[in-house]
Amino acid sequence: MSAPAPTVQAAALRKEFGRRAAVSGVDFDLAAGDCLALFGPNGAGKTTLLRLIAGLLKPTAGSALVNGVDVRRERAGRAAVGLISHQSMLYAPLTARENVEFTARLYGLDDPRAAAGAAPESMGVASRADVPVRTLSRGLQQRVSVARVLVHAPSVLLLDEPYSGLDEGGAHALTDLLTTLRASGATLIVVTHNVAEGLALASHAAVMMEGRFARFDRRDGASVDAPRYAAEYRELTSHAS
Amino acid sequence: MPAETPGLFAAAWIVARKDLAIELRTRSAFLSVLVFTLLGLVTFFFAWDPTAASALDLAPGVLWVTFTFAGLLGLHRSFGVEMQDRAMDALLVAPVARESIYLGKAIANTVFVLAVLLVAVPALALFYNLPLLRTLTTLGPVAVLAAVGLVSIGTLFSSMAVNTRLAELLLPMLSLPFFVPIVLASAQASTRLLAGRPFDEAVPWLKILLAFDIVFVLACTVAFPFTIEE
Repeated sequence: MSAPAPTVQAAALRKEFGRRAAVSGVDFDLAAGDCLALFGPNGAGKTTLLRLIAGLLKPTAGSALVNGVDVRRERAGRAAVGLISHQSMLYAPLTARENVEFTARLYGLDDPRAAAGAAPESMGVASRADVPVRTLSRGLQQRVSVARVLVHAPSVLLLDEPYSGLDEGGAHALTDLLTTLRASGATLIVVTHNVAEGLALASHAAVMMEGRFARFDRRDGASVDAPRYAAEYRELTSHAS
Repeated sequence: MPAETPGLFAAAWIVARKDLAIELRTRSAFLSVLVFTLLGLVTFFFAWDPTAASALDLAPGVLWVTFTFAGLLGLHRSFGVEMQDRAMDALLVAPVARESIYLGKAIANTVFVLAVLLVAVPALALFYNLPLLRTLTTLGPVAVLAAVGLVSIGTLFSSMAVNTRLAELLLPMLSLPFFVPIVLASAQASTRLLAGRPFDEAVPWLKILLAFDIVFVLACTVAFPFTIEE
């Protein structure tokens, strides 16, 4: 039997800003249901890698494909992608419901109003759905941001420090949602500094340093155990600094 | 899963509705542009010597020059709202044509600019003692054509300037050379129409405005995706 077609594929991916290479020759494939936890020190190129896959940046060389297409060129490819960042990407004067409804309309959902009503519930912000986002705390804004992205049920979800600002309840709700999404076949890439949190979800783990993968592991069963991985990660990054 | 992602104009309308909802909620751009326009009209009024220039000669130029500078204030905020909390990233990841983002912004800006003109033109008639009804009816078509031209250019340059450190300076510097033909044609057409001259005399200037609008709306729509490329 042939291997399943990759959902996310990076080949010799490189991005330079001026003379500096933020991402320098990254290769990996992820299939449906895979989750890559991406670790690395600040400035390692993790966010740039996510932005390349999301189509927000044009690669200097190589390619980043989602479901076999370059999402910078193919609108249909972008429909599959969801991006969560440590910045909320919300409109502060609008309410949570209006922000989610706006996204639902952009993705062509059949009933954007109903979707906007249901999504905040999934992240426990239904009671604050009708107040302007600017009046919400940082953690509640992050919950709304997650609800906004999940409203169109993306099959590829890119998460850049998704837990930042979330309290324990919010983090728990997010982990539950991500676990459910993964079980339903979604492909996830999670950038995080918390090794235990990342490995809890991951089928693959990578450490990025100076724009490259310094380490890439497939977590088959218990082949990568979290405490040992965390210790090795600290060792690897301490040499870098 | 989405049944069908919105087409160019449907997506543009979604973006425009969102921008108008934000402006209705905050009114920050509308109020600042309106106040700037009214202050400009008042300042010109007090600097005006009625024995040297008649109101009909002066008023159109005062309106369009004042309005051009005031409009830049509003256009600058057009993409500013997308940069707070990087909402622009979510727009760019969405499965809509990037041209529709420009068109949506331009539609919202045109509505906003016309709303300001709806208050500014009667104020002009009041200050310069012009017949209100004739001022409104004659300046109406000129205002629509001028607004489309100013907005098409200003919206594009706003997207280019917003990420720079000197955005407040860069936007007028980029836009004003392109605004000159609009201000010139608008002032010339307005002068003739307000003076009660035959409509045919204003037609060449209105044709220039229309041609300018068509060329720049198309050119700016096509150019927009390249301006947001990182």
